[in-house]
Amino acid sequence: MEGDRTVSSHITDTTFAPLTVCSELMRDLPGARIVATGYGRHLFARHWKCEVVTEIKAVAMGARALLPSCRTIIDVGGQDTKAITITAEGKLHKFAMNDKCAAGTGRFLEVMADALSFSREEFARKALSAVRAEKLSSMCTVFAESEVISLVARGSARQEIALGIHQAISSRILSLVKGVQIEDDILFAGGGALNACLRHLIEAGLDRKLHLPDQPQIAAALGCALHGDLH
Amino acid sequence: MWEKLGLDLDAHDALLEMLGQLYGQTFMSQRNRPKGMEYFDFVMSEVHGLRIKEIVDAKEEGRKVFGSFCVFVPEEIVLAVDGILVGLCAGAEFALDEAENLLPRNTCSLIKGAFGFTLSNVCPYIKAADMVIGENTCDGKKKSYEIFRDLVSDLYVMDMPQMKNEVDRDFLRHEYRRFAARVEELSGRKIEVDALRKAIGTVNAKRGAMHRLAGLRAADPAPISGLDALLANQVYFYDDPVRFTESSNQLCNEIEERIGKGEGVFDKGAPRILISGCPMAVPNWKLPTIIEGANAVIVGEESCVGERGTRHLTDDTGETVEQLIDNIVDRYFKIDCAVFTPNTVRLEHIVEMAKSYKADGVIHYGLQFCAPYQIEAGPVEKALEADNIPTLRIDTDYSMEDVEQIRTRVEAFIERLKG
Ligand code: SF4
Ligand code: SF4
Repeated sequence: MEGDRTVSSHITDTTFAPLTVCSELMRDLPGARIVATGYGRHLFARHWKCEVVTEIKAVAMGARALLPSCRTIIDVGGQDTKAITITAEGKLHKFAMNDKCAAGTGRFLEVMADALSFSREEFARKALSAVRAEKLSSMCTVFAESEVISLVARGSARQEIALGIHQAISSRILSLVKGVQIEDDILFAGGGALNACLRHLIEAGLDRKLHLPDQPQIAAALGCALHGDLH
Repeated sequence: MWEKLGLDLDAHDALLEMLGQLYGQTFMSQRNRPKGMEYFDFVMSEVHGLRIKEIVDAKEEGRKVFGSFCVFVPEEIVLAVDGILVGLCAGAEFALDEAENLLPRNTCSLIKGAFGFTLSNVCPYIKAADMVIGENTCDGKKKSYEIFRDLVSDLYVMDMPQMKNEVDRDFLRHEYRRFAARVEELSGRKIEVDALRKAIGTVNAKRGAMHRLAGLRAADPAPISGLDALLANQVYFYDDPVRFTESSNQLCNEIEERIGKGEGVFDKGAPRILISGCPMAVPNWKLPTIIEGANAVIVGEESCVGERGTRHLTDDTGETVEQLIDNIVDRYFKIDCAVFTPNTVRLEHIVEMAKSYKADGVIHYGLQFCAPYQIEAGPVEKALEADNIPTLRIDTDYSMEDVEQIRTRVEAFIERLKG
């Protein structure tokens, strides 16, 4: 970043060799100031000189930069779903995170899209187009997957199963979000924010509008970059 | 000695190795520890050694050994017949599958831990106990004692009130008298006034030492880590009471000197955390390790292995055994465990502790499937936040799979405290 302008950003999978991926990324950025976040933050900090912040703080800072009036963040990432509130002054306040299982996270959506042989975009689009939903009784990723397969085998329409999956996950997200005191404005961050069906269902469930930033997946990275600038 | 106690030697070796490793990682890597902690390191290293030998020797001299799972079991009464009371720890997952053969999976880790240790024959204290004392506190324990009865030589179950009205005090008195009679019967000794008064003094002195330690932790920089203070509170449960009191007081002397010199184990101004909730028995150091690993310092434990357990002293004035037992009842009746309803006193105590130890925030620790503490956590969190005491709720168990998730939460909470 230069000032508050983002000069370049890059998204890549951490894969099974996260440090190798990091080395490659770092090669193009000699001497840059670095702030690490996410599950690998401490691992990274053992190998590079950097500051470390949690993804909760990072996304809170990023959200404030993207939407200065933001007081609540819903962040649906790959591993975790979080609801975060920030004070009027922009300080991190309460947060809630999903339990240890993957239900209610982006990972769950990915597994289910695969089970239905949908691409990610198609998955949300088809779900939105369904007029009725096939109810899912299990929220465990493993059980839900076999439930989906048996629904397919019974001849249920794929888009209806897709809507059922989206409803199940959004009800999980909603109960998490309702655990913190939500206040407007609400920013939807993380890769899950790109899913139009999820957005729609959460807005309907909260009866509030969600703000969608340009690149919701990098809100936390933006927060880190700003943090590095401040310190 | 181990074989005589009926231990499974291979499993016992495995446990000791696990314990030794964990202990080294958790405690020995801390910087600038008070020298007085060496005593506690020693006791821990001999927890399956000298201390057990001492207890076995005492048994040979005819003294009786009592094992307990709860701070409602009055140590004074046991000491009055020259008995030995040990807290059975159950702070780790051991032989989980065997425990889950007897208990539903949604039982709290403490209960499963107690079953696991017993079933796999690795706890010399359970083996050495002439009597194990259960208490009808939470439903989990109450019902599981029905099954536990077959696993130990002599299980005595103490009934417990659920409210704090006068009839409940009478009820507890009745139960303590029944317990005293049983203790007399087992030991073959009568409880005499002088012996009971002396026992009250011994336990008061032990609690007094813990109060002293607790008070010293108000200093900034923190003169002792929360992990070390927790360790002292854990050793409290199975060490010889008089020796423990001496060693704790020595530790306190050293800490006072440190405070005088402005020395500490964390930087001055490090975020200060109060832990509140379920008890942490040896070797349950999971959450404190995460907190202090993130450079925040724990300044108090609102817990039964901590201040909820050691808080009040017992009045030792009285002419008869009955009067002294009444005093004991009055002291224990004040314990604000979440199995009681309503239990607002506990909330007041958390606030009081947060203020006197200058905590910046409270982390509420709930064991999964512990209905009393997990349910109470909600109102506690709300009330504390309303009082401008930042609060984080952590619900977890003994497994290690959620360590990284908890670390993220704890670190984010510390970021919140730093503002
Ligand atoms: S939490 Fe309650 S049941 Fe558990 S040891 Fe403490 S007083 Fe006993
Ligand atoms: S932690 Fe809770 S559920 Fe477990 S024994 Fe203690 S009070 Fe009962």
